[in-house]
Amino acid sequence: MTTSQANNPLGPGYDNVPGSVKRFRDIFRDTLKAEMLRDDDVFLMGEDISGGFDRDTKEPLDAWGGPFAATKGLVQEFGPERVRDAPISEAGFVGAAIGSALTGMRPVVDLMYFDFVTVAFDQLLSNAAKSRYMFGGQTRVPLTLFARSGAGTGHAAQHSESFYSMLAHIPGLKVVVPSDPYSVKGLLAAAIRDDDPVFLINDKKLINLDGFVPDEDYVIELGKGRYLRRGADVTLVGMSYTSVVCQKAAEQLAEIGIDAEVIDMMSLSPFDEDILIESVKKTNNVVIVDEDTPRASMSSEFAAVIADKAFDYLDAPVKRVTAPHSPVPYNRELEQAFMPQPADVVGTVKNLLARE
Amino acid sequence: MDISKEKLEWIYTTMYRIRRFEETMLEQTFKGNAMGVTHPSDGQEAPPTGICAHLTDKDWIGSTHRGHGHCIAKGLDTKAMMAEIMGKATGQCGGKGGSMHIADFSKGMLGANAIVGASIPLAVGAALTAKLKGIESQSVGVSFFGDGASSQGVLHESMNLASVWKLPVIFACENNGYAEATPSWYAVSAEDIASRAEGYGMPGVVVDGMDVFAVYDAAGEAIARARAGEGPTFLELKTYRYHGHFHADDTSKYRKPDEEAYYKDKDTLKHFEKTVTKQKLMSAKQLKSIRDMIEQEMLDAVEFGLSSPMPDASALYDDVYVNYSNPIAGLR
Repeated sequence: MTTSQANNPLGPGYDNVPGSVKRFRDIFRDTLKAEMLRDDDVFLMGEDISGGFDRDTKEPLDAWGGPFAATKGLVQEFGPERVRDAPISEAGFVGAAIGSALTGMRPVVDLMYFDFVTVAFDQLLSNAAKSRYMFGGQTRVPLTLFARSGAGTGHAAQHSESFYSMLAHIPGLKVVVPSDPYSVKGLLAAAIRDDDPVFLINDKKLINLDGFVPDEDYVIELGKGRYLRRGADVTLVGMSYTSVVCQKAAEQLAEIGIDAEVIDMMSLSPFDEDILIESVKKTNNVVIVDEDTPRASMSSEFAAVIADKAFDYLDAPVKRVTAPHSPVPYNRELEQAFMPQPADVVGTVKNLLARE
Repeated sequence: MDISKEKLEWIYTTMYRIRRFEETMLEQTFKGNAMGVTHPSDGQEAPPTGICAHLTDKDWIGSTHRGHGHCIAKGLDTKAMMAEIMGKATGQCGGKGGSMHIADFSKGMLGANAIVGASIPLAVGAALTAKLKGIESQSVGVSFFGDGASSQGVLHESMNLASVWKLPVIFACENNGYAEATPSWYAVSAEDIASRAEGYGMPGVVVDGMDVFAVYDAAGEAIARARAGEGPTFLELKTYRYHGHFHADDTSKYRKPDEEAYYKDKDTLKHFEKTVTKQKLMSAKQLKSIRDMIEQEMLDAVEFGLSSPMPDASALYDDVYVNYSNPIAGLR
């Protein structure tokens, strides 16, 4: 096992790494499987993850392959004890997962849509995040949860949230947001092996994207960001799907002669202060792009850190491109307007650099 | 009576220890030596004692804000508990948990929990661990909670989960008649909370929670059932809280004297003493020597707590995470 230093896996230095192009959803499932093979204490829990049961034999059917096919084939491989289908009762089964983590297991919970985290929020906040501290370090909670966020798929207001900042606010929890097949493999493996509770949130728009994935067993260190593109004029800060948006924006900016650097944060708690400061010191301009709503968000946190620690290096105010302070609308045109688009980033950068 | 003499001795020692710990802890609270609110459980000694009499350190319990009795019945050290309530470095949780968050994972105690109902699924999860590891016969989960928590959704989710997954869980509902000041006759829709168990496919048993022998028998059956892989049981233990909801709560504002007198007449310690001496299972002398031992233990616990040091200032930042790369000190 190596700790891959978070550089663009498609860039220099990766030419000779054995690997292949994989789909996000496939490498997600392959990583779950690899971690279950690696450690007998790892087991999965969630609604519909074994996809229905045969009326006569009572055997699981794997009809759906789990929500978003994340657990497809795993119930056949590991059986219904370790791929444990849960009744719709998020507070109950997240609480049970915490109880099993406190007593020696390493549970991994599929919460399906990220919006459902609120149903289990007390268990996450009051038990998962606080047990170690309030019991004076007697215990640890090696729990992993994952769920899908993001607008753009017509799932409307209650199935499209990106409010991962709510979790990053909680001392005791860790929060990671992969943005491609490479990062989801390394972050999911790191989350499952970590001894603290970690919530992995992946944007639904990533699930069918392809990307290069090294064959080797690697983890991405929690709390590290990476450069997806090097540039001299402006830093674009992305997280989750907005890292893809930032890359698209950088390509469009290159066409008009603006050399943008793209940072993919990958972890939101802890997060990589150093990479933000290092890049801003070089480019002197920064735009933070986030699909979460803007108040008390990761984008406001990153802006505060940059203002605090790199103020003297800024040529212009820190700018943010975010969703509006609103729920997610259903109508496709309104929904697209809700989400930060590459054109929004390009427009903000052009204003920032005053190159109309 | 089908209880060994050693077990009878343990039961009396445990119940008297709980009674005197609560009274001593209250005295210390009123002297200003506790650093926050405390929730005494005196009067309710029978349920934790009668249940934990069947458990070992490999069994797990979840507890509540009124958790001192559960801790003591599960074998926690009264010195470390008293020091914890006083916020000292030698406390069970290093002074960072307090009265409402005492835990001891080496004793199978998952922690007192101050969100009403929140520890219930933790005991279910501990039972799930036992099932996954194939050690149900040695490790069951007992969830202690009150009549107030019986209205929380998470109890109902946990009961369904434990039943569907056939987990070795005992739902131990200590119905002391009051959630804070609100009486259960007002807030609970059923005459017996245990009647709800039927809807979740598990036995529900109403037990006199002032009678430790009744609790012992009912718990023995439920725990044997869990250890045999036959799934969860719900016990409703009808008991009474001698003091108010918290240390400074004046019960005369919402309870009637005749009601308090009725339960004090059924006092579990008095009932135990009468029963064992009448049946010549324990002598008055034996009982007194246990009481004397506990009196000394309480003096030692208070002395230990008072003479212990405060936590180091750096403890503020310890144990938020096992490991974490960002600074956590905050901004000043």
